[in-house]
Amino acid sequence: LKTRRGITEKIDGVLKSYRKIDEELFEDLEEVLIMADIGVDTSLKIIENVKDKVRERKITEVDDIKGLIKEEMKSILKGGENSKLDFSKSPSIVLVVGVNGAGKTTTIGKLSSRLKNEGKKVLIAAGDTFRAAAIEQLQEWSNRSGVDIIAHSEGADPAAVIFDGIQSAKAKGIDVLICDTAGRLHNKVNLMNELNKIFRIVEREFPEAKKEVLLVVDATTGQNAVQQAKVFKEACDITGIVLTKLDGTAKGGVVLAVQSEINVPVKLVGVGEKLEDLQDFDPDEFVDAIFEG
Amino acid sequence: MVFEGLASKLQDTLDKLKSKGRLTEKDVDTAMREVKMALLEADVNFRVVKDFIKKVKERAIGQDVMGSLTPAQQVIKIVNEELTELMGKEESKINFASSPPTVIMMCGLQGAGKTTTSGKLGGLFKKKGKRPLLVACDVYRPAAIKQLEVVGEKLDIPVFSMGDKVDPVNIAKAGVEHGKKNGNDLIIIDTAGRLHIDDELMDELGNIKSEVQPQEILLVVDSMTGQDAVSVAETFDEKLDVNGVVLTKLDGDARGGAALSIKAVTGKPIKFIGMGEKLDQLEVFYPERMSSRILGMGDVLSLIEKA
Ligand SMILES: Nc1nc2c(ncn2[C@@H]2O[C@H](COP(=O)(O)OP(=O)(O)OP(=O)(O)O)[C@@H](O)[C@H]2O)c(=O)[nH]1
Ligand SMILES: Nc1nc2c(ncn2[C@@H]2O[C@H](COP(=O)(O)OP(=O)(O)OP(=O)(O)O)[C@@H](O)[C@H]2O)c(=O)[nH]1
Ligand SMILES: [Mg+2]
Ligand SMILES: [Mg+2]
Repeated sequence: LKTRRGITEKIDGVLKSYRKIDEELFEDLEEVLIMADIGVDTSLKIIENVKDKVRERKITEVDDIKGLIKEEMKSILKGGENSKLDFSKSPSIVLVVGVNGAGKTTTIGKLSSRLKNEGKKVLIAAGDTFRAAAIEQLQEWSNRSGVDIIAHSEGADPAAVIFDGIQSAKAKGIDVLICDTAGRLHNKVNLMNELNKIFRIVEREFPEAKKEVLLVVDATTGQNAVQQAKVFKEACDITGIVLTKLDGTAKGGVVLAVQSEINVPVKLVGVGEKLEDLQDFDPDEFVDAIFEG
Repeated sequence: MVFEGLASKLQDTLDKLKSKGRLTEKDVDTAMREVKMALLEADVNFRVVKDFIKKVKERAIGQDVMGSLTPAQQVIKIVNEELTELMGKEESKINFASSPPTVIMMCGLQGAGKTTTSGKLGGLFKKKGKRPLLVACDVYRPAAIKQLEVVGEKLDIPVFSMGDKVDPVNIAKAGVEHGKKNGNDLIIIDTAGRLHIDDELMDELGNIKSEVQPQEILLVVDSMTGQDAVSVAETFDEKLDVNGVVLTKLDGDARGGAALSIKAVTGKPIKFIGMGEKLDQLEVFYPERMSSRILGMGDVLSLIEKA
C-alpha cells in the first residue's frame, strides 16, 4: 500500500556514473546526504571522514564508498552514551517535550501501553492544559492503553498538574510516570521558562526517580531540529529524542546533525498512529533504511 | 538570529575577487556556492536550489555592477529578485463561490496545523461578515472532533459533526447540506492528517472533493519541513489539484525553505501563514518577506532596495 523510496537508487546512480573516485563523485554524494535532511555541515563532515578513509585504506573501488558512508553515519549515531531507554529502576519519570504537533501525546499513548504490557505500573499526567482538547486526547490514549491519568482542566497551571502527578505516583507506588506537555516553539521565551519550571518541579519533588526527558521530533523536520534540540536541552536537559512519523517518506536525517552537534541520542521511533507503532531506535536499521528505503 | 551569515560571507568572498564594473563568471560562481549553502541550510529542496542557482548564474554573469552597490550586494540583489519572482509576486486571495456557500477543504500531513487553521480561517472571515461553519471530518485522531468543537466555541462559530463512526465523505456532504440550510455562506472542512503515500486515505480526500466540490482546497504545511516538502506537496497536488498552501508555525525560527520548494514544484501560491497558536494569528502571505527570511538577511535587503 505504502510506497517507499530510499536514496539507494540515487547513490547507486551516482556511483555508476563514475569509474574512479574523484572530487566530483564526492560532491554528488554530498548532495544525496543533503537530500536526506542530514544538513550541509554534517554531510560535509561525513564526506570528509570518508575521504580520509579512502586515502588511509587506499580504496579504489567506487562501490566501497557506500559502505564507508554508512559506516560513518552509524558511528555518529552510536557515538553517544546511554542511548537506550532504561526503566529497570522504579520509580522513573518521563517528561515528553517538543514543538507543536510533533507527536508527543501520541508517543505517550504508545509508550504507556508498551510499559504496561511489560508489567509496569504506569501513570500519565496531562501537562498540556493549553491546546484545545489536549486533555481529552490524552484521556483517550489512557483508555486505549489502560493506564491511569492525572488531569486538571483546560487552562490550569501545567506545573500543578505535574506536581499532582508526582504525588499520586508516590502514593500509588507507580513504576513509571509519563508527563505530557504542551507543544511549544523553542524561540518562545515564556513558554520555555514555563517548561523549565516544570523541569525544576520534577527535580525537586521526585529526586528519587530516574529521569528521562524526551524531545519529540517529527521526521519531516529539516534543519530547525538542531536548534530545537539546543534550546530544549538548555531548558530541560533532554536525555533523548523520539523520532516520529518515520512511516512517511521523510527519513529524519536531521537526527544525524542533532547527534553530531548536540550529542543527544535517538531512543525511540514512531512509525504510525496506532498503539503498537513505537520501536526502539536501531542505528543500523535507521541508516540502512535511508539507503534501502 | 542564527543566520546573518550569508551577506557577510558573500561580502568576504567577493571582496577577495575585487571585481570591477562587471560581474565575472568567477565572481558569480564563488558567490553562488555561498548562496547554495544558505538555501540548503534553509531547507530549500536540493533540486530546487540547483535550478535556481543555474538561473541566477545565467542572469548575473556579465551584469554591470551598479555604482552604489558592491559586487556582493549586486549578487544579493539579483538573488533576491529571482527568489521573489519564484515565490510569486502578489498575495493570493481565497476563491469565493459566485453563489454561496463557499466550501474550503483543508488537507495535509499529521500535525501540520489543519484544525487550528480551519478555526483561524473561520475567525478571519467571520470578522469580515461571513457566516462560517466548521465541519469535523477527522474521525481517526483521538479527540479531533472535540478539538474542533473547542476551537469553534472559542470563536463562536458553529461546528457540524456526526461523531467518529460515520464515513468522512458522508460527514462532508451532510455538513455542506447543513450549512446551506442554516445560511452559512462559508463552510470549512477539517480533515484528518494523513501521509501522502497512504493511498486509502488519499482516496478519501479525493472522494470528499468530488462529493462537495470545494472552491478552495488548501494544503497545510509546517514551515519546519525539510527536503521532503516537495514530494508531499507534489503528491497532494497531483491527487487533489490544490488551490493554495497555508504555511504554519512561522512564529518559530525555521527559515521556511519549504515555502520556496513547494511554490517551485507545484506552482501553487502560499495564501496564508500561521503565526501562532492563538486563533487570530493567521496572516496573508507576502512573498517578498519570505525570500528575505529564507536568505536570512532582511537588513541587507532593505539596504539594497534603497540603492
Ligand atoms: N503517521 C504518523 N503519525 C503520527 C505519528 N506520531 C504521531 N502522529 C500523528 O501526528 C499528529 C500529532 O500528534 P500529537 O501526538 O497530537 O502531537 P503533539 O506533539 O502532542 O501535538 P501538540 O500537543 O499539539 O503539540 C496526530 O495526528 C498523530 O496521530 C507517527 O509515528 N506516524
Ligand atoms: N506556534 C504555532 N503553533 C501552531 C500554529 N498552527 C498550529 N499550531 C499548533 O500545532 C499543533 C498541531 O495543530 P493542529 O491544528 O492540531 O494540527 P492538525 O494538522 O489538525 O493535526 P492532525 O489533525 O493531528 O493531523 C497544535 O499544538 C497547534 O496549536 C502556528 O501557526 N504557530
Ligand atoms: Mg499533545
Ligand atoms: Mg486536526
